[in-house]
Amino acid sequence: MSDLQLLLAISLVMPLLSALAVLVFSNQKNIRDICGPVGGLIAFTSAIFIASAIMDGKTVSITLWQIAPGIDLSFAVTPLGALFGLVASGLWILASIYTVGYMRGAKEKNQTRFAFYYAVAIHAAMAISYSGNLMMLFIFYEVLTFSTYPLVAHSQTKEARNAGRLYMGILVATSLLLFLPAIFWVWTVSGTLEFTKGGILPADFPPFLVSVMLAMFAFGIGKAALMPIHRWLPAAMVAPTPVSALLHAVAVVKAGVFSVLTITVYIFGIDFLNTTGSAVWLAWLAAFTILASSIIAITKDDLKARLAYSTISQLSYIVLGAALATAAATEGAALHIVMHATAKITLFFCAGAIYVNAHIKKISELDGLGPKLPLIFIAFFLASLSIIGIPPMGGSWSKFLLMAGSVDAGMPLMLAVLAISSLLNVYYLLEPCARAFFKPAIKEVHVENHILTIIPPVVTAMISLFLFFTIDWVRPLTTLMVMP
Amino acid sequence: MSVNLIVLYWNYIIVIMLMMAGLYIIISNQNFIKKLVGLSIFQSSVFIFYISLGKVSGGTAPILTGIEDTVYSNPLPHVLILTAIVVGVATNALGLALVVRIQEAFKSIEEHKLLALKKEDGLKDIQIEVSKEDSAV
Amino acid sequence: MLILDNIPALLVAIPLLASAVVSLIPSARIAWGIAFVTTLICLYMAFELVGIISSTQALSYAFGGWEPPWGIVFVLDSANVYLVLLVAFVSVIATLYAYTMLAREIAVEDLPKAYAVWLLAIASLFGLAMTGDAFNLFVFLEISALSSITLIALGAGQDRRALLAAYNYLIIGAIGATFYVIGVGYLYAATGSLNLIDITDRLNELGTNQAAITGLAFMLAGIMVKAGVFPVHIWLPAAYSYAPSAVSSLLAAVATKVAIYYFARLLFGIFIDITQLVDFFLLYILMPVSVLAIFYGTIAAIYQSDFKRLFALSSIAQIGYITFAFSLNSHSGILAGFIHIINHALIKGALFMAVGIFALGIGSRATMSSMQGVGRQMPITFAGFVLAGLALIGVPLTAGFISKLYLFKAIFETGNGFYVALIALSSVLSVLYLWKIFEVMWLKEPVQPQKIDKEPASAYLPVWLMVTVIMTFGVYSGDVISSGIGAANALIGAR
Repeated sequence: MSDLQLLLAISLVMPLLSALAVLVFSNQKNIRDICGPVGGLIAFTSAIFIASAIMDGKTVSITLWQIAPGIDLSFAVTPLGALFGLVASGLWILASIYTVGYMRGAKEKNQTRFAFYYAVAIHAAMAISYSGNLMMLFIFYEVLTFSTYPLVAHSQTKEARNAGRLYMGILVATSLLLFLPAIFWVWTVSGTLEFTKGGILPADFPPFLVSVMLAMFAFGIGKAALMPIHRWLPAAMVAPTPVSALLHAVAVVKAGVFSVLTITVYIFGIDFLNTTGSAVWLAWLAAFTILASSIIAITKDDLKARLAYSTISQLSYIVLGAALATAAATEGAALHIVMHATAKITLFFCAGAIYVNAHIKKISELDGLGPKLPLIFIAFFLASLSIIGIPPMGGSWSKFLLMAGSVDAGMPLMLAVLAISSLLNVYYLLEPCARAFFKPAIKEVHVENHILTIIPPVVTAMISLFLFFTIDWVRPLTTLMVMP
Repeated sequence: MSVNLIVLYWNYIIVIMLMMAGLYIIISNQNFIKKLVGLSIFQSSVFIFYISLGKVSGGTAPILTGIEDTVYSNPLPHVLILTAIVVGVATNALGLALVVRIQEAFKSIEEHKLLALKKEDGLKDIQIEVSKEDSAV
Repeated sequence: MLILDNIPALLVAIPLLASAVVSLIPSARIAWGIAFVTTLICLYMAFELVGIISSTQALSYAFGGWEPPWGIVFVLDSANVYLVLLVAFVSVIATLYAYTMLAREIAVEDLPKAYAVWLLAIASLFGLAMTGDAFNLFVFLEISALSSITLIALGAGQDRRALLAAYNYLIIGAIGATFYVIGVGYLYAATGSLNLIDITDRLNELGTNQAAITGLAFMLAGIMVKAGVFPVHIWLPAAYSYAPSAVSSLLAAVATKVAIYYFARLLFGIFIDITQLVDFFLLYILMPVSVLAIFYGTIAAIYQSDFKRLFALSSIAQIGYITFAFSLNSHSGILAGFIHIINHALIKGALFMAVGIFALGIGSRATMSSMQGVGRQMPITFAGFVLAGLALIGVPLTAGFISKLYLFKAIFETGNGFYVALIALSSVLSVLYLWKIFEVMWLKEPVQPQKIDKEPASAYLPVWLMVTVIMTFGVYSGDVISSGIGAANALIGAR
């Protein structure tokens, strides 16, 4: 086993080890709670080494054995996977620190179980990002669904259980009904499921069937929350906020759009999609989702619900990038995974911090809270700017590339969609900040200061800012992804 | 023509009549023993069918006498039916044994009475089972 | 050498003789010991047979030196040799399981006789799988039916409804068998032969023949009853749910599978030259019926609260998947069907075994209300049960996934999106009933602190043996697939 393979193994196994450690140390709270951050740190370090090896043009893969002809049990890092691996493991460090603060602050029950499944979910996300073929991706996609169910239904109230059922129901049903058959289809026509640059479908595959297959993937991957199968996402908001941060910023939804992007790049091949034009409908559907969910977001007064709809809208940016299928657009989509993850996790961290420290969930009650929780609201503001796409925040890069991509694809109308969406973003994301800073307080609120809930959002907001200037650190990966 | 058919194939017609009679008894009768009787008739019709098949017009019993140009009946179906009769006897024996056990356990071998027992004994499932059997056969 | 040469005959003869011996032995333990050793010997012989077939491709064993087509032959090719192996393996495991389970479910003085019938059933399954003679098959079919009925009726000690289930099976099974005999009669009238290979050749010369077609129709109808194919499956749910657990697991695993194999052999091997009829039957009868079976079995299982009956209903759906694969009338369809025969036998066997252990633990029938929280009280069995359940859904890394993979491959090759949608939908529905069970057994608190018997190791060991094989076939499917390809080649012949 070479060094790189060892690193790959470490980054995959580390979250699992950390999950086991959580169980072992379930009685010693402090040791238990340090397991997550330590595991995250180790996994992240390996992920950095793996990413730099990929940038040097090396291949990193482990093949265990063959399940069936053309289907291996294997991990092989693609440039896109390396990028997502970085995001998942890096944000896990902060998310697990934040979780400790939140869970202790909100005095939630069953913290051990929570920490355990949290780590398992991250394991699944890491495995998804380093999957060598579609089958492995599917397996860990399901692992992710099942391991996050106990997190969504954590509070075990009737409402949480129902939300958990809806969550599981939609995700499992779509994946079995569409995603898995689509995988079988790919396997039948091409005899392999290996992620290959330029796609694996036979060149004479009829364009109409390509569209059908793409639809099976796009709707089968329910985690990408494309309308009309986005319902699970707002429903899952009953979960504790660290879960929302994890689900809606890093692991679950990003795993969904990552899968869509991976499939368009490595199964269909962007040139193939572009020449057959079979993804145009998906671009329009994504555009519709972007606008419609932005409008719904405006109507939501619950902060987390608003962020949920904002997430649906932002996820469709990535699907749009995949569907436009030009080099710039897919690069933009890939970068948007990073940018949106850091910004959105900041926003959820802030929402949770506001709840833990001031016990407020509604936007209309935020008036005058800014001066009392200044760091949180500044972080919120910076992250909002990144999502809107205003320099000097990281989000401006991905939005820029997406716009360039839509011109390349000959769909300038998409520019308008992106622009309108940005305006809507301005409205619904800046409103909470504006209320907090500029409106007088209506009532006296007792504010606590749980330090572990405040540091992580500030750090992630800083990362968002930082990414604007250091885009060259991650850009090589996406360039490698689209290079012929 | 039709009269000819009847005269030529009277044995097959009897087979069909017996077969239908047997099946009808199995389906329509409430009594478990009578059902077995129906089954026997049904099976017997098949035995006759086989025996008819083996009979060659003008043929004699297949005993080799050395006389040339003798027409023999086909002995094979007749032998087969010996086996089938044995199987039939075994089936009937097992069926009757089961009926005895059912009588001991339920104090009845009438289908409708067993159905009536369902309320006291949670026999709901049985009712569904039996009525389906009727309609499918 | 003498033994090696006569393996096909010995495979039937040894359990048959052992059965006679066992019935005379007064001690239940010794009876079990003899039965278990017998099944082990059969397993060894089955492995030998696989070795022989993998080098010689096919084997024909003529009884008493009467060469075919006159004498009775056992025919082994790369399809049924794996079926023989499957029957041998499952019977070893089921006998192991029976040691604890059968002893607790039926009276001690009945045990030796029960093992005698048990061996009789196993012998008849071997015979069914191997025989190359149409009428001989009827004989084995009846031995199998009568011994199964006796075994099912033994469940009366636990629940007297077992008697009614056995009686129903007797009547329906006898009608099915008689239909089969009628068919053989017609076929004999048309071809003058009973040897299946000989019949194929003669039908080929004969061309379209009304008597042969009628014969085929009767034979197929008769076999469908035995195989538990949808509209004539009605004996199956009650029979499997009231039989003793060990019996359920043996019968559910292999009894119907052998009949289905023969069904496929009739369609693709023997009658393949009557294409007009076979194609019509596959497309317009078997396919709709299979789809109905899949949906009926799955949906009925969702609303069923008795576990054993639930899995019996699910068996009907799974048999539907197998016949659906066959009805696609292609090489990959037969491959998929054959793989699923093997996988489903293992999976359903393990599930029935586990349910039996649960029922024994709580001392009453396993239903949705009696099983609340039992998974937590019997974790070892439950873990095996869950793995087998996942395999039933077709989760990746289990054997069930391989079945699903090849089934979908076969469907996609037909290019018909409607079939894809139907099968995908049904597989989602099948998740529902398993989730329901999981929720009841694991997520719910036990209703009252029930007194639970400890899980006996001799009972959950067989479950885990089966589960190990299931998982092994899931991650390493090479052998199953290559045997399936061999089977499909053997079944579909030169096409």
